[in-house]
Amino acid sequence: MSHGPAPASGLYGLVAEFDSATALLDAANKVREAGFTKTDAFSPYPIHGLAEALGMKEHLVPKFVLAAGIFGALGGYGLEYWAQAIAYPMNIGGRPTFAWVSFIPPAFETTILCAAFTSAISMIVLNKLPQPYHPVFNAPRFSLASQDKFFLAIEAADPRFKLDDTRAFLNGLHAKEVVAVDE
Amino acid sequence: MTLSAIRSRLAGLEGRSYWRSLDEAADTPEFRAYVEREFPEQASEFNDPAGRRQFLKLMGASLALAGVGACTRQPPEKIVPYVRQPEEIIPGRPLFFATAMPQGGIGLPLLAENHMGRPTKLEGNPEHPASLGATDVLAQASVLTLYDPDRSRTIIGRGEVKTWGSFLAAMQLLLGPKRSNGGAGLRLLTEPISSPSVLEQIDALLTTFPQAKWHQWDPVYGVVQGGSAASSALYRFEKADVVLALDADFMGFGPASVRYTKDFTSRRRGANPEHPNRLYVVEPTPTVTGSTADHRLALKARDIYPFAAALAGALGVAGAAPAGELPEEARAKWLPALAADLRAHRGAAVVVAGESQPAAVHALARAINEAIGAVGTTVTYGAPVVGSPVDGAASIAQLVADMNAGSVDALLIVGTNPIFTAPGDLDFRAAFDKVANRVHVGLYHDETAELCHWHVNEAHYLESWGDVRAFDGTVSLIQPLIAPLYDGHTLLEILANLNGTSGQSSLDLTKAYWTRAFGGQTKTAWTLRDAKGQAFTTVDAFWRHALHDGFVASTSGFTSTSQPAAASTTASAAQTAPAAAAPAAPAAMTGTEIIFRPDPYILDGRNANNGWLQELPKPISKITWDNVAFISPRTAERLGVPVTRSGNQNQAVLSISYQGRKASIPAWVQPGTADDVVVVHFGYGRKRAGRVGSNVGHDVFGLRSSRAPWFDGGAEVSNSGEGYYIASTQNHFAMEGRHPVRIVDVEELKKNPKAVEEQGAEKPPAALSLYPVYEYPHHKWGMAIDLNACTGCSACVIACVAENNIPVVGKSQVARTREMHWIRVDTYFGGDPAKPDGPHHQPVPCQQCENAPCEVVCPVAATVHSDEGLNDMVYNRCVGTRYCSNNCPYKVRRFNFLLYQDFVTPELMAQRNPDVTIRSRGVMEKCTYCVQRINHARIDEKTTGRAIQDGDIKTACQQVCPADAIVFGDLNDPKSRVVELKATERNYGLLDDLGTRPRTTYLAKVRNPNPALE
Amino acid sequence: MEASQFPKDDFRAPLPVIAPGYTSRSITEKLTGIVLTKHTPVAWFFVTAVAFMLLMGLTVSLAYLLAKGIGIWGNNVPVGWAFDIINFVWWIGIGHAGTLISAILLLFKQDWRTSINRFAEAMTLFAVACAALFPLVHTGRPWLAIYWLFPYPNAMTLWPNFKSPLIWDVFAVTTYGSVSALFWFVGLIPDLATFRDRAAHPGLKKLFGFLALGWRGSARHWFRYETAYLLLAGLSTPLVLSVHTVVSFDFAVSVIPGWHATIFPPYFVAGAIYAGFAMVLTLAIPLRVMFKVEDFITMRHIENMAKITLVTGLVVVYGYACEAFFGWYSGNEYERFMLKNRTYFGPYAWSYWLLLICNFIVPQLLWSKRLRRNIPIVFVVCMFINVGMWLERFVIIVTSLHRDFLPSSWQMYYPTIWDFMTLAGTIGLFLTLMFLFVRVLPMISIFEMRTLLPGAAPKHGADEKGGVH
Repeated sequence: MSHGPAPASGLYGLVAEFDSATALLDAANKVREAGFTKTDAFSPYPIHGLAEALGMKEHLVPKFVLAAGIFGALGGYGLEYWAQAIAYPMNIGGRPTFAWVSFIPPAFETTILCAAFTSAISMIVLNKLPQPYHPVFNAPRFSLASQDKFFLAIEAADPRFKLDDTRAFLNGLHAKEVVAVDE
Repeated sequence: MTLSAIRSRLAGLEGRSYWRSLDEAADTPEFRAYVEREFPEQASEFNDPAGRRQFLKLMGASLALAGVGACTRQPPEKIVPYVRQPEEIIPGRPLFFATAMPQGGIGLPLLAENHMGRPTKLEGNPEHPASLGATDVLAQASVLTLYDPDRSRTIIGRGEVKTWGSFLAAMQLLLGPKRSNGGAGLRLLTEPISSPSVLEQIDALLTTFPQAKWHQWDPVYGVVQGGSAASSALYRFEKADVVLALDADFMGFGPASVRYTKDFTSRRRGANPEHPNRLYVVEPTPTVTGSTADHRLALKARDIYPFAAALAGALGVAGAAPAGELPEEARAKWLPALAADLRAHRGAAVVVAGESQPAAVHALARAINEAIGAVGTTVTYGAPVVGSPVDGAASIAQLVADMNAGSVDALLIVGTNPIFTAPGDLDFRAAFDKVANRVHVGLYHDETAELCHWHVNEAHYLESWGDVRAFDGTVSLIQPLIAPLYDGHTLLEILANLNGTSGQSSLDLTKAYWTRAFGGQTKTAWTLRDAKGQAFTTVDAFWRHALHDGFVASTSGFTSTSQPAAASTTASAAQTAPAAAAPAAPAAMTGTEIIFRPDPYILDGRNANNGWLQELPKPISKITWDNVAFISPRTAERLGVPVTRSGNQNQAVLSISYQGRKASIPAWVQPGTADDVVVVHFGYGRKRAGRVGSNVGHDVFGLRSSRAPWFDGGAEVSNSGEGYYIASTQNHFAMEGRHPVRIVDVEELKKNPKAVEEQGAEKPPAALSLYPVYEYPHHKWGMAIDLNACTGCSACVIACVAENNIPVVGKSQVARTREMHWIRVDTYFGGDPAKPDGPHHQPVPCQQCENAPCEVVCPVAATVHSDEGLNDMVYNRCVGTRYCSNNCPYKVRRFNFLLYQDFVTPELMAQRNPDVTIRSRGVMEKCTYCVQRINHARIDEKTTGRAIQDGDIKTACQQVCPADAIVFGDLNDPKSRVVELKATERNYGLLDDLGTRPRTTYLAKVRNPNPALE
Repeated sequence: MEASQFPKDDFRAPLPVIAPGYTSRSITEKLTGIVLTKHTPVAWFFVTAVAFMLLMGLTVSLAYLLAKGIGIWGNNVPVGWAFDIINFVWWIGIGHAGTLISAILLLFKQDWRTSINRFAEAMTLFAVACAALFPLVHTGRPWLAIYWLFPYPNAMTLWPNFKSPLIWDVFAVTTYGSVSALFWFVGLIPDLATFRDRAAHPGLKKLFGFLALGWRGSARHWFRYETAYLLLAGLSTPLVLSVHTVVSFDFAVSVIPGWHATIFPPYFVAGAIYAGFAMVLTLAIPLRVMFKVEDFITMRHIENMAKITLVTGLVVVYGYACEAFFGWYSGNEYERFMLKNRTYFGPYAWSYWLLLICNFIVPQLLWSKRLRRNIPIVFVVCMFINVGMWLERFVIIVTSLHRDFLPSSWQMYYPTIWDFMTLAGTIGLFLTLMFLFVRVLPMISIFEMRTLLPGAAPKHGADEKGGVH
């Protein structure tokens, strides 16, 4: 456990460990009220309201998915129309070259395909994943974050960050343990 | 296996034998097994045809080497240097040459299509009175026999390959001593012969050797029960309003059937037949002719004579024997009605007696014809066309007697194969061994050749010069389309050499004969005139004319009554002979009747190695690759043979014992067969036919008797309890009330023009479709098939095979219903199976639907519509999902489940039509309306600027059809025949209630029944 | 309803989704322990070995198929489709339950789905893999089918025919396959992180770390993750319905009596869910014992799935009834004949009655709560259903094709040894993949199990003012 002021340059921030989701959510709210902005919380399963508690307001994924869906629909249907009615029109079974009904099923599938992939990919990209290294992994007990422990981090980059005050503040939030983590 | 054993085996091999390993040379069962299954165990049961073909390819490739170089050699008579393009030959453009196919001694006139020196397809000779442009199944298939890699390739003398010279020398040694003793002990055994030049040679031979004898044996043609008729009849069916056929399949059997079908159906086909003729058929087993009958009576063959006699009596023929025991229906119903109808149509009616009926019946028929004033109008009697007609059975019986007596020491057998085909009661084999010198001339090194000291490989007729006469007497010249592939020799050459004229080709001999005939120096005096009846100025003029036309018009029995002088005397004698002098009535028969019939395509086995014929479904029964015995449903029940089938399956095998001789043959329950009759088809069971035909089917020649070669009583039939798998292409013969074939009575149609339309399910209104209808402004191809004319002869199927390079798939694939024929002939029966109505035939090619269900479902657009409305199949785009076939209501699409095409055997490659793609494995295929022919016409239209006229394009099935039942044309041409036909009220679309808008439509069958028999 | 509302061991009390006494830690240890251990159940080796042998049989028969052509099968004219398409529809149907459980039940907030959705999704993937095999190899020229079916112009600038249901199939099945894989992988990410953090072997750590994409359970990540996961579920739901609808179009769009029916789409979808749940149960029942996860896959799950099976089964039977009724009511002679041929006088009538026994009669046992809770019985019933659903496709495809419009082309169909080898082979492929999966990846979604624990969700009243607890 690294006590004492570490060189501010090499310091990532302070990471506090909690026992329960309730404690974490509690702490998160307090931290936000205290005016910290560069913060993050870590839990082994999704906790509703936690992100909001940390002041997250972004809702991009659904927008991307909607756009992709529309693109998939128009693109798929357009491709079919162009291929059958313009690029190489043929008399197939006496049907018109633009038999609009027959084109619906493939267009539907392309819609789903584009939307689905966009939702997954946008999630991953917005999360800046894959990210093999992150300073928070340096926290000694952080491996438990994917099992049954809860963590709250305040980054050194935060304007209100003062190592000792912030450590005291976190301890005041009933953190089991607070550690400073290097870059 | 010892070396000597191997050598003896090699000596017996068909063709020149190249072997790559002692194993193969020995051809041990192990080796066969090894080649047949390149995949172990499981493989064999489903792909033995493929496996077999594999084996054949291996053997064939080696066997065929001799043929490879020969494929496109030009006849030596006119070698054309290719330094400059010969004026006639344009690559991609076929040339047509007139020739003729001898069958049972009678010639069928042909035009042979020749691609770069390779005959690929045969058509009828349109000018020739015996063809009028149509041909039959056998002619279509004969081109494959030409290229058969199993044909004999060498002269074999005492087991060793010999030269032509050494053969001639041997013959001189053989005949030398005989010149002193008048040729005693010399015998000639041939099929019936009509060729004037050959007959002259035989005549000469018999003058040189007065003691020598000429026997004839052909188990199919020229066998007459109870003595042969002194005259042959020539019918004019186009003039007959009423026809009675007494066990006569005049439209389905024999070289005359082509012309007779044309004449007969001329009264039934077309937009609206004015006076449809009426056909009565009395026969023991359903035939092609019987299926076109308005009234058909199933009668035992033995009852035909009493029936005819009773009818003759009813028509006041003097000295007609009283009727014997006849079934109630025949006596009470048929005879009065028939007599009345015949009397009512005096001079416009005719009675036809069948080949397999005894001479007495023929005499009765003739007497009746004279009584009803038919002779001279609907029938004329003349001398038989074949030279010195004899009853083959009696002739060969005589030969066997002489051989047993030891009075035969030199026997020359030409063409025929008596070891296999001789009647069982003769034991030809045993007698044969007593002959010191046995010589065989034939296309194949067959069962007989195997036992002969000498074998000479005969030339196929497409390789030979010669002449032949059609059934009406017309003289046709045979000219070769290709040089002999295997250096075969013609009978003419051999006889000439025996007669001492050596070193002459068959061309020289033929030309020499006709030069003398032109000068009137032949024994038979010929009147040689051209089509307009003008005499020829020079021999060359005559020769060129005869070769170009393919025949000499003035010799036709149809156009002129002038029979050859020599013959006409016998003819007139025959005509003056009183009917009373007819042979005695046949002895009464008892017990189960056994009837012998040749297989319709394989005949006596001579075509056994022809894959096309093996796989062509037999008319009526639709069986392939086998011979069966027809029995009626009632007889089946008596024998404990199951009557119904749901698919291809094991059939009960009958064991038949007749005159103490036994044979077994699968039973086939055939509605329309008379009760207590077993109809045995012979020709199968060949041992040395070749790669295709050996050991296929059951040999029943052993049962046949030389005294009663066609039918007899006293057969003991029992169900052996064994099973034998029969591959049939159709297993369900009831229409299930769906009216695929629509049938109306002529009177009914007159009363109600909508009668035909009303039979089908309700058609969806054209306005029902959400989609606009496509326009086809330029050409709009369509087809009409007249079911009233169709006789079900299946010539269209085999013509399609030849034209479109359709592969042979083999029995086990047909058993899996994977046959590849693009057009099939469906056959349906109606009414009570014991006394059925029908059979009714329906040729089904691709219907070329305008709203084709097959096209919509193809994921890769491999089948689409052309701008002329053809349902095109794009082979190289097809991936083989088979969805199109599933979605085709007519099931006319065919799929290459395995690699069916033979890409290896060179001879077969030479036969293929270069205008049609060879389809490989995994590709769907189907009828294209012969698009290659359409394209030829379209190219001509572009180059010459002359618009395509109606009739310029004939599809292969249309061209071959003797009944002119199939008409193809442009629906945008208001004057075309197809438009005219489709306008009639007989016209209907198959399954048109599905809204597929088929381009191929059918004209309903119209019955013309006799009210008295309804 | 809470169990407490009922007197003790009243059998009407709803069973728990997860056995009591588990903590986040113990769940994690138990579930990761299944994978991160050297010990493998003997039964696992046995099943995998058998499955692998069948898989080898598949490779042999496919190799021979490519060498010879599909003539080695029993297919013919008129029966152009047989085992190949039967197996295809069968497998694709089985796949549907996975997506249904993970997507639709998620939308309906059915928390009991949590412990089965992971391996149900895996089952979907592997079933789709088996299914996708057939459209390719059943063509005569698979080496072309593989790419000619996809939308791109060939050398002649010729495009596929978008009017053909088979092309719809290509779009539907490929989309379904890829989206299912995506859904499955996204669900795996947090658990992979857990594995990364628990794996002892550095190699494994790296491997799982790589797969986990550096997941660290950040609140913001979770937030987007849940949005995306919900969207995927929302998209998969119409997708899964569309897939079997399109498959049913292969038949419904054609003209063949017995295929040409408007009832097909709903009836096929119901059949798919029916078959799928039966298969999930068939797998879950042995697996929960083999890996001792009875505490997570409880009687509650089995009973719920049994109920769904019963319901969808009844829908399917309703479909049979409709087919029969419309066949008669249409008055169309072909339809009526098809009906008669299928039910009593056709040579394949036996298959129809066998189908009714398997899909209609036997599953009625599940009405009884006692039988529903009798695991061996549920297992046997599911086996019947698996067979029955295969027979259903046999009846639809073969019996309809072998006698269609023209009596002259009516014929019989007989499968060959290779047909059976291929069918058995795909079962081998499926089981092999399935058992490899449960051994190397978490068969139950660990992070979602955590959320089921009491106290997993933050207590309310923990408000801004906070306060000492």
